[in-house]
Amino acid sequence: MATTEAADPRFAKGDRPEPSFRIEMLWTDARYRSLFLQIIAFILLMLAVGWLVNNTIQNLGRLGKDFNFGFLFTEANYDINQRLISYDSQSPNWQAALVGILNTLLVAAMGCIACTVIGVIAGVLRLSKNWVVSKLMLVYIEAVRNVPVLLQILLWYAVFIEALPKPSAFRAKADAEPEATLWFDMIAATNRGFYLPRPVFEQGMTLVGLTVLASIVLLFVFNWARKNYQNAYGAEMPGAMIALAMLFAPVAGLAIVSLLFPVALIEGGLAQIPANLGAAIGAQEFALLAKAAGAVLVGALIGLVLWRAPISSMRVLILFLPGVAVYYLLGEPMTWIYPELKGFNFMAGDDAAIYARNSLMALWLALSVYTGAFVAEIVRGGIVAIPKGQTEAAAALGLRANRIMSLVILPQALRVIIPPQISQYLNLTKNSSLAIAVGYMDATGTLGGITLNQTGREMECILLLMAFYLAISLTISAVINWFNERVKLKER
Amino acid sequence: MKTSILIGTVAAGALAAGLAGAGTLDDVKAKGFVQCGVTTGLAGFAFTDDAGDWHGFDVALCRAVAGAVFGDANAVKFTPTTGKTRFTALASGEIDVLARNTTWTLSRDVDLGFDFLAVNYYDGQGFMVPTSLGVSSAKELDGATVCIQTGTTTELNLADFFRVNGMSYEPLPIETNSEAQQNYLAGACDVYTTDASGLAATKATFENPDDHMVLPEIISKEPLGPLVREGDEKWGDVVKWTYFALLTAEEYGVTAANVDEMIANPPNPDVARMLGVEGNMGEMLGLPADFGAHAIKAGGNYGEIFEAYLTPLGISRGLNKLYTEGGLQYAPPFR
Repeated sequence: MATTEAADPRFAKGDRPEPSFRIEMLWTDARYRSLFLQIIAFILLMLAVGWLVNNTIQNLGRLGKDFNFGFLFTEANYDINQRLISYDSQSPNWQAALVGILNTLLVAAMGCIACTVIGVIAGVLRLSKNWVVSKLMLVYIEAVRNVPVLLQILLWYAVFIEALPKPSAFRAKADAEPEATLWFDMIAATNRGFYLPRPVFEQGMTLVGLTVLASIVLLFVFNWARKNYQNAYGAEMPGAMIALAMLFAPVAGLAIVSLLFPVALIEGGLAQIPANLGAAIGAQEFALLAKAAGAVLVGALIGLVLWRAPISSMRVLILFLPGVAVYYLLGEPMTWIYPELKGFNFMAGDDAAIYARNSLMALWLALSVYTGAFVAEIVRGGIVAIPKGQTEAAAALGLRANRIMSLVILPQALRVIIPPQISQYLNLTKNSSLAIAVGYMDATGTLGGITLNQTGREMECILLLMAFYLAISLTISAVINWFNERVKLKER
Repeated sequence: MKTSILIGTVAAGALAAGLAGAGTLDDVKAKGFVQCGVTTGLAGFAFTDDAGDWHGFDVALCRAVAGAVFGDANAVKFTPTTGKTRFTALASGEIDVLARNTTWTLSRDVDLGFDFLAVNYYDGQGFMVPTSLGVSSAKELDGATVCIQTGTTTELNLADFFRVNGMSYEPLPIETNSEAQQNYLAGACDVYTTDASGLAATKATFENPDDHMVLPEIISKEPLGPLVREGDEKWGDVVKWTYFALLTAEEYGVTAANVDEMIANPPNPDVARMLGVEGNMGEMLGLPADFGAHAIKAGGNYGEIFEAYLTPLGISRGLNKLYTEGGLQYAPPFR
């Protein structure tokens, strides 16, 4: 056809008269049709939106209601049990909403972490060669996936409030031992929630923290050095060098910290070291000798142990050894506040034990276990997607099983796992709005619940709530998409 | 072509939406039943029997309204609502009248856009504790965990009470009365607070009611009553005067049993007008002339209803006696 047209003088360029635009060309001519249809669709959409808005305004007007957000700045008048920022019943409604939003974010963040851990473990075990383990995981996944999450939340909550002892059961009676005791003398598990010991940082803890930070930097340096050694010499770094690095780590950690940060910042923590050393070793005259001998002995021991130790345990040592050493040198500058029963309840607050309410625990566990089942299937799918040949080839090269997993399988499986994982995190975050079932005061409970109810501003509250969930969902998507861009197969 | 049809459809839809809700009384008459909002379940006030039929103090008012409008106490459908959903249900027109232990407050009357019609139960907020707690006054509750229904005035009173008395507490927010009961009995909270009538009703359903006590403090005024949407005066009048008919009936000794007798032989002109023997009261309300008689037949007069549902729970009339007996219940004259 094309050749015919080209040959035909009638179609020659320039000779052909421009066809005049006729109205039916809008739907007969392919050039205009798609644009025309889109414009129509757009107009229809706008009409629908306009009708909705108009209908809302009319109906609100008939109910004698206006549309304004002034209620956000009036007193909320109600109390909220779990608040991450300061709030009382005299605070404005926006602050109540913020308390709820932070509670939503807290349970969502905790849930995303826990569901990933549960999901990865369950997903890998589902592929285990051990029949019992893999079937157990199958039962977990299928049972949990197919029961509505609301029921699971209520079940966890009911178990907590019915099975755990009341706070009063921890009180010693005149003639008898208390019915319930703290777990490990540290944790009070009551039917109102879990009271966990709160760490108190005393003078010198800053120094420990900085040392740990320095150790993390050191770990990167160590990894970089090993890689360079491997590239330069084609062999693993000799154990002796690694052991040397080990010995060097605490000293280097301390040195880096002391050089980088003035003593004022570390609250005189360094000044305590000689005193503590002296106290630990004993008489002053032996101190110098003992210190030297101790250092050599410890160094030799560590070197001996590390000579053939696996690399992963060395990383752990690099990470923790300096921090632990500094912690003890400074005379353990951290204490714990344990749960203490007073009046009706265990004490909670800034100077008492950490209080994790049952509503939070039930919601967190239920969401994590539920979403974890979906994550497990995604992880399993991701691993199965990598051809078996890859494993066999890696094994033929002499790699051990764990290195096959971490170096060959997982980096490829992640590319399959991450995209569907996004929607699981989104699901978990949105499902957290079921919180009100167990009285957890999330954004739906405060802004979309009590505030809505007490002020009667349904429209405004629901719109704000929708905007919040939309924003949080888009943020999660954006973050994980960014991560996905980094790990996905780079196509060139 | 298509576009114009669509625009036309949309416009027609908008018009139809605008026309709906001309007046609730006409709507109710057209659909043939009253849609009444009640609690999800509170002993004495609104509960279902084995057959799934609703009974209770608030339910009886709905049935009386159905009797007044249709002459049939069963021409009523019930929508269970929680403290949170009740106002939305009423504002959206899902229910015609809300009879659900709802406290009459200024903000609800004015800002939420509702009309409270009468007070069918004068109540106040109280606290219930297990006797084993060893507490005898609400002032001793510093640091306690308190079960509370969300979206209620009790939630606000509670915050005020503890703040004014300089005490701290841990609120345990709960959606319905039955959940509150479960949490309270499991000891997840030390105290349950709601209207004193609700406490008595809840306590009566416990396995061992004697293990629990209601503390002497009443920390608020809770006038409970039926309400309708604002700007719906005609329908509001129907509910209001149905309720007054029940009160007037008690005042003059008209009961479900003797109402026919009373019609035949009214003891005084007020009763005669209320029962439709004289005057045109029903016509003024847009109801049948004998609306009052049917309202009383539905479940008896105010005293009978109270006796049937609340007295068995150990709730005394108290403030809810007739004014003639020193209470606050008082009906304006039928004239």
